[in-house]
Amino acid sequence: MATPVMDKADATGSPEPGFGDSPYITATFRIRRFNPEVSAEATWEDFQIEIDPKERVLDALHKIKWELDGTLTFRRSCAHGICGSDAMRINGKNRLACKTLIKDLNPEKPITVEAIKGLTVLKDLIVDMEPFFQAYRDVMPFLITKETNEPTRERLQSAEDRERFDDTTKCILCAACTSSCPVFWNDGQYFGPAAIVNAHRFIFDSRDEAGEQRLEVLNDRDGVWRCRTTFNCTDACPRGIEVTKAIAEVKRALITRRF
Amino acid sequence: MKIHKYDTVIVGAGGAGMRAAIESTKRSRTAVLTKLYPTRSHTGAAQGGMAAALANVEEDNWEWHTFDTVKGGDYLVDQDAAEILAKEAIDSVLDLEKMGLPFNRTPDGTIDQRRFGGHSRNHGEAPVRRSCYAADRTGHMILQTLYQNCVKEGVEFFNEFYVLDQLITEVDGVKKSAGVVAYELATGEIHVFQAKSVIYASGGNGKFFKVTSNAHTLTGDGQAAVYRRGLPLEDMEFFQFHPTGIWRMGILLTEGARGEGGILRNKDGERFMEKYAPVMKDLASRDVVSRSIYTEIREGRGCGPEGDHVYLDLTHLPPEQLDAKLPDITEFARTYLGIEPYTDPIPIQPTAHYAMGGIPTNVQGEVLADNTTVVPGLYAAGEVACVSVHGANRLGTNSLLDINVFGKRAGIAAAEYAHTTDFVELPEDPESFVVGQIERLRSSTGTERVSEIRRELQETMDANVMVFRTEQTIKTAVEKIAELRERYLNVSVQDKGKRFNTDLLEAIELGNLLDLAEVMAVSALARKESRGGHYREDYPNRDDVNFMRHTMAYREVGDDGSESIRLDYKPVVQTRYQPMERKY
Repeated sequence: MATPVMDKADATGSPEPGFGDSPYITATFRIRRFNPEVSAEATWEDFQIEIDPKERVLDALHKIKWELDGTLTFRRSCAHGICGSDAMRINGKNRLACKTLIKDLNPEKPITVEAIKGLTVLKDLIVDMEPFFQAYRDVMPFLITKETNEPTRERLQSAEDRERFDDTTKCILCAACTSSCPVFWNDGQYFGPAAIVNAHRFIFDSRDEAGEQRLEVLNDRDGVWRCRTTFNCTDACPRGIEVTKAIAEVKRALITRRF
Repeated sequence: MKIHKYDTVIVGAGGAGMRAAIESTKRSRTAVLTKLYPTRSHTGAAQGGMAAALANVEEDNWEWHTFDTVKGGDYLVDQDAAEILAKEAIDSVLDLEKMGLPFNRTPDGTIDQRRFGGHSRNHGEAPVRRSCYAADRTGHMILQTLYQNCVKEGVEFFNEFYVLDQLITEVDGVKKSAGVVAYELATGEIHVFQAKSVIYASGGNGKFFKVTSNAHTLTGDGQAAVYRRGLPLEDMEFFQFHPTGIWRMGILLTEGARGEGGILRNKDGERFMEKYAPVMKDLASRDVVSRSIYTEIREGRGCGPEGDHVYLDLTHLPPEQLDAKLPDITEFARTYLGIEPYTDPIPIQPTAHYAMGGIPTNVQGEVLADNTTVVPGLYAAGEVACVSVHGANRLGTNSLLDINVFGKRAGIAAAEYAHTTDFVELPEDPESFVVGQIERLRSSTGTERVSEIRRELQETMDANVMVFRTEQTIKTAVEKIAELRERYLNVSVQDKGKRFNTDLLEAIELGNLLDLAEVMAVSALARKESRGGHYREDYPNRDDVNFMRHTMAYREVGDDGSESIRLDYKPVVQTRYQPMERKY
């Protein structure tokens, strides 16, 4: 297969010489390409670039897109791990391209980049996110209170009660967890870890009064019991959320009905 | 081409867009068009907090907040608007809490508050705790909470729809908004949205700088769309450079780090802000701190082998405090710099952060066609707009406030207007501009590359219109931008397809950036004074006699098709406060 190689003389723009003392290296990115406008088959394509290993995988993808092949297609926005656009499978593991430095990927060997699994690939690294967001919407991801008389000021919440659900408020809906889950790969009906994380965020919020309803949703045959505790989701989460623990807490709440 | 009809169309699904959508969906049939998925917007990158004089932890009131906002904006703020901002801040924070936002709490269970730059007790006496926050993830929590409530209200989103043109129809001599034209990323299809009301909430345009905290997608699409249709842009020369971006990367490290006690130090370890701002020190307003940092660097007291940065020192703060209050930014330092903030100072430099200027609106969010006339059916809110509550320099935590106060106001006003009016007739061939633009780029065989022109644009902007400006540097930028605009006519894209053609969209975004960079530079050249974020070394003082007025920039097209920028000025609204010398 043809390997577009960038001439060193062409290597303008990023990376920045002088950022630390690290010299450029030559790295090969092996990217899973798919564009149904061109071919029904997905193929691997290699790109060789000169890059500072302290840069992000996202920087490498930009360099390829901007200087070698403008048709390479991926989602991105904030470039520092907050917006959740660029979850992808890098060297076989789900990560955000903007939070993964090249030096941490053993760049002496080709670095593989492909779309996250379990969601339909639409073009190159872009997948159909709709089933993921549908599962999110199904758990009623918003505060529900039954009071008819809203307080004038804020509701009170102790620092301890606030801390109880802190971990699951960090979710950025990037789908790295859900698309790393073998149960989700095999059965598109499973809600997946991200939806459960977002249910947890409300079930354990002392201000919320719809915990029972949310637990019933997750008690469904495609709900929380499908989890086989493989910890892939916890490993994949770029925000460091203890996803498997959150799922276990929801399971326990279903048994004890205490939360 | 498809035609859709909605009462209200909102362009953008960040904080302002979703806050507007929550209101307008209850009152009118609303569509939200967003070039990203809703939770991807850059509101989520805001860290430190949202200002409101709740007085939960110490004495405070909205009048002090108004004063700080006016002073922070170097008296270019419209004072009636600032008063609304500060008064409605309190309900805005309480609204979010009731929607479920997980604010940090005081021992009493109320919303906790912390110090932030430029926010003071009793007109500058000392820093005050006014910023309501959720660790250093306040923007993330606002974005998530607003999206959650959009799901609750059943807001209708069109995800990955790029709005590329504003439709205007003249009715009895009055220019009215008729709708927008959008490009669907997934299919390449063109969609015309006919709407009684259109709200722009599409964010900023910081991507014309190289070192910036802005997302790749902040390319001023909304500003450019209305500007091309002959509507003015206000105060575009005022851009905020946040003092603490990660060195060379520009990633934001919240001012909350200094609010929690962090200190800026030069290569000698000196706490240099004591020299420049004896009272507020590291918590002076952002323009003051950014200039101080560059003064240190220019005078040879910068850090590192090239002396091109200074340090943000958090090492004297207890690790538990960093973990609890600043977990994300400390992780950024570890991830991107390999530095442990418990023990090592973080190299930082000012980073292009926020556009104070934008589409001029009144306090109802109605867009202005000139100094006084509104464009019926057209609204704007958030960073895309200029109300003006930020004047020449925005205070930290006032942007998350702005999107909530004016997003809500615009959402209500737009939906209510939609009830009083019929659809405005669409112009003939409404899609023609967008179709022409796309076909030209897709079929071009030109030799210029988008990435190369964008890089040169970013380099000239960083070099010539950043923290320090002179007539000479700005002229250099104006000339370079003109050259790049000429070369842009000769760009081509490699991806000729219809499906998810992000190559094509980057080319369109670059066109928007070039238009706005030119407006910025030309506005900056004409403002021969220094005020807030606009600092002219050749005119280092504020000149209230000649320049206490807003710049209004219009695109003019000559009979021969040639384009130029016409500058006009608009008076500042003054109510309570007379301009004073600005000291921190």
